[in-house]
Amino acid sequence: MAGKEDFQIVLPFDFDYYLPKNLKEAVELYRYLDQQGKQPMFFSGGTELITLGRIDLAYTEAVIDIKEIAECQMIQFSDHQLLIGSAVTLTQLEEANPFPLLTSVSSEVADHTARGKITLGGNICAQIFYREAVLPFLLADSELIIAGPEGLKTIQINEIFQEQLRLKKGELLVQTSTDKRFIEAPFYAVKRRQQWDTGYPLITLAALKMGQELRVAISGLCPFPFRSPEVETYLNRWGQAAETRVDNALSALPKPILEDVEGSADYRLFVLRHLLVDALSALERAGA
Amino acid sequence: MPLQTITLHINGENRPTTVRASDTLLYALRGRLGLTGSKPGCLNGDCGACTVNVDGWPMKSCLMLAVEAVGKKVTTIEGLHDSPIQQAFVKEFAFQCGYCTPGFIMNCHSLLEQHPDADDQTIKEWLESNICRCTSYIEIEKAVKAVMRGE
Repeated sequence: MAGKEDFQIVLPFDFDYYLPKNLKEAVELYRYLDQQGKQPMFFSGGTELITLGRIDLAYTEAVIDIKEIAECQMIQFSDHQLLIGSAVTLTQLEEANPFPLLTSVSSEVADHTARGKITLGGNICAQIFYREAVLPFLLADSELIIAGPEGLKTIQINEIFQEQLRLKKGELLVQTSTDKRFIEAPFYAVKRRQQWDTGYPLITLAALKMGQELRVAISGLCPFPFRSPEVETYLNRWGQAAETRVDNALSALPKPILEDVEGSADYRLFVLRHLLVDALSALERAGA
Repeated sequence: MPLQTITLHINGENRPTTVRASDTLLYALRGRLGLTGSKPGCLNGDCGACTVNVDGWPMKSCLMLAVEAVGKKVTTIEGLHDSPIQQAFVKEFAFQCGYCTPGFIMNCHSLLEQHPDADDQTIKEWLESNICRCTSYIEIEKAVKAVMRGE
């Protein structure tokens, strides 16, 4: 039995644990367990369930671990597409480095050891508002392969990621598919923290240049990661001074701007302004 | 949810262990197997005091379910015996209170296994995963580098 100290270590609820070997089994398990009222949850790295569950902010009675499913574990170039499985850990992505912009962004998530548990799909589907791993895929117009009760479907990420990944009940993210042209494009990525190199993140900016078109995606500014066509329209008015383009872009940001212990809304906008000027400067001549 | 008996491969031995599916590996190690070298700290994946080695890589055992460790090779601080990094910690006096030490040693041990020629950037990136309240960071870095130099 749990000793006095160990009450803090254990999760305050029980669940059944399932380890399906293929997508069909995973989807069917979800449907069955949902019918049983078990509030099933797909589980990949599981860090969010374990940490939020401990403080009663997450709950399930049935965990469906997708780690053993081959499609969720692959990193593979297929023709001109890079396929990455949702259960690949961020450390695996850093070590293999198939998508340098993704490596640059995801290597700032949490810390090195935690990234050995946090997975790509888990980060994209998480409750926390940072979810930086989604930024490169928003920039690259990646496609997502999703499994659900109706089988597999492929959908453009910018259609289905609106503030969060809009999965229907019983669906799970299987893979991302990214065109090689975006993987080879010039990029700029930076994460600003309020304190030191290891403090909690304030803002992460990822930028990518396709030909003369600059694309930007931002995490930590709003309660959700985003890429905004309006912001990019202003930034791409190359005939104007960089400061003018940035000021106009700031006027088109989504709302609300986060205001919390890590930084006020005004401070976040101040930091973002400098990040955008830096990104324009870094990528101005790239790809010319 | 009934308890279930799983077999964990820990420190070179198969250890049948009775757990709930929702038990963390940290809880199973400490509460079920008596391996109390892995320390509970933040229980939130932030401090690194509970770090063990799973299939050669560092893992915060508070972030892993015990059932996820089935079929994997787990090494805890009890599984290291006078290893080079342990000797270097003593020689460099890389600790004060010692609470974070098992986690730091397991992370350093994994780093030395995976990247025996790690550069300063890699060392910093890996060791950022652990927190030392006594701020022995300089001595810990010296200990890692001493092992890399073969001292």
